[in-house]
Amino acid sequence: MSRKMKDAVAYTAIYFAASYSVLLLVGILVYVFSKGFPVLSLPFFTTVSSVVKGTVGIAGNIINTVYIVTLTLVAAVPAGVGAAIWLNEYAPPGRWVKLIEFATETLAGIPSIVFGLFGMVFFGTTLGFGYSILTGALTLSLMILPLITRNTQAALRAVPDSYRNGALGMGATRWHMIRTVLLPSAMPGIATGILLAVGRIVGESAALLFTAGSGYLLPESGSDFFHKVMESGGTLTIQMYLSMARAEYDVAFGIAAVLLSMVLAFNFLLKVLIRGRFIKE
Amino acid sequence: MDDVKMEIINLNLYYGNHHALKAVTMNIRAGAVTALIGPSGCGKSTFLKTLNRMNDLTQGVKITGQVRLEGEEIYAPGVDVTLLRKRVGMVFQQPNPFPMSIYDNIAYGPRVHGEKRRARLDEIVESSLRRAAIWDETRNRLKKSALGLSGGQQQRLCIARALAVKPEVLLMDEPTSALDPVSTLRIEELLLQLKKSYTIVIVTHNMQQAVRVSDDTAFFLAGEVVEWGVTGRLFSGPRDRRTRDYITGRYG
Repeated sequence: MSRKMKDAVAYTAIYFAASYSVLLLVGILVYVFSKGFPVLSLPFFTTVSSVVKGTVGIAGNIINTVYIVTLTLVAAVPAGVGAAIWLNEYAPPGRWVKLIEFATETLAGIPSIVFGLFGMVFFGTTLGFGYSILTGALTLSLMILPLITRNTQAALRAVPDSYRNGALGMGATRWHMIRTVLLPSAMPGIATGILLAVGRIVGESAALLFTAGSGYLLPESGSDFFHKVMESGGTLTIQMYLSMARAEYDVAFGIAAVLLSMVLAFNFLLKVLIRGRFIKE
Repeated sequence: MDDVKMEIINLNLYYGNHHALKAVTMNIRAGAVTALIGPSGCGKSTFLKTLNRMNDLTQGVKITGQVRLEGEEIYAPGVDVTLLRKRVGMVFQQPNPFPMSIYDNIAYGPRVHGEKRRARLDEIVESSLRRAAIWDETRNRLKKSALGLSGGQQQRLCIARALAVKPEVLLMDEPTSALDPVSTLRIEELLLQLKKSYTIVIVTHNMQQAVRVSDDTAFFLAGEVVEWGVTGRLFSGPRDRRTRDYITGRYG
């Protein structure tokens, strides 16, 4: 083969390798949306599945998803951001910080089903929260903690030291400096971490199956927030898993279409956020 | 002799095992510009930072000796660093406006020190920007991001920001080294204005700049003050051979 030929072959191979990921995404989107969109209807979003009423719907799962996302973030964001601030701004560099960073990295790599097992036994049984949205959210908060900490740390590290010196040189205390200069500058990065975490929560099934369970009913009228939180509640992903297990593929594709739309929306939001970080004059 | 604003007596500073400042003894005259000159790594920036305790923030720094501000020891236990830094402000080598509006940049210091009244802050912002000779360029864009200003404007903004807390002493760490000649000239003119109201200590790489703006000069070499005194005298008749070698460009 001539050198020119070799070059052409290599180029073609590389070109296809590069196109592969795009083709894959487009393929999956087209397939899932073409199967899923026909299922989508107003009742699909506003009712829950009921044999008696003859309805098929995911309203309960949507509400559960919102509950779990909110509760998980409430539990994980302050701890994750706080840990990152301490590690980056207060802790003297040394073995202790390295150990914590190592622990965070490792935590991020643990399979989610292991978190599920721990959450079920610890939050569900030991603390007595049972199969509930609370148990599920607490379990997930452990899972996304490293994600939030690491992204916040990266965002804080990206803030130039000159900002810190400028504020401290004016007599600001460290905490005042963090609150007024550091956190606002790091906000796009922190928000990126939170958005990634939301993506993981929405997509998670293994860690939720045995913690939050699969309840899909709407909150009873008159029941309060705390009541709902202590009930079992399956997210969209869990419902999709159950539908697949029962061979209700049209419902599964409907949910898949909803989930994919959400992922696309998140990724788009992320892009906007990340771009915002660099174009602020 | 004029008033002494700051008095440094036998000051030693160690970074771990590295002896970075060696028995520094000198005075900073009130209402004068004192220039610190010397080759890179001679300790002049480190010394500047000891004057408002910015070295406190660096790991492993140990300091012995005395630094007095109007007779008061600033390293004494119980000294409020926040108040010290209000009295002894700092301008850095790289212009470092915060990523917020011009107004909020200037109001930052007063807010740190508890000023909340809007009308008072408005006054401070205007007077500080005027003093730093940047009011005319910014008066119509106070709410716009400070990062939209040019480098030279940013540095004058940083000077205004430092002035906003009404410091007595202004420390400047090579404030023009990142700027073009025109911006440098404007900052130098500004310095001559400012010294009527403030005591200024400026680190500079540029000996012509030291001659143009300063009243006193201290020559640092390898952590020691080789010689300090009135600028004209130091440059026209250096007493130490090393000073003469440096100012005639033998090294540096």
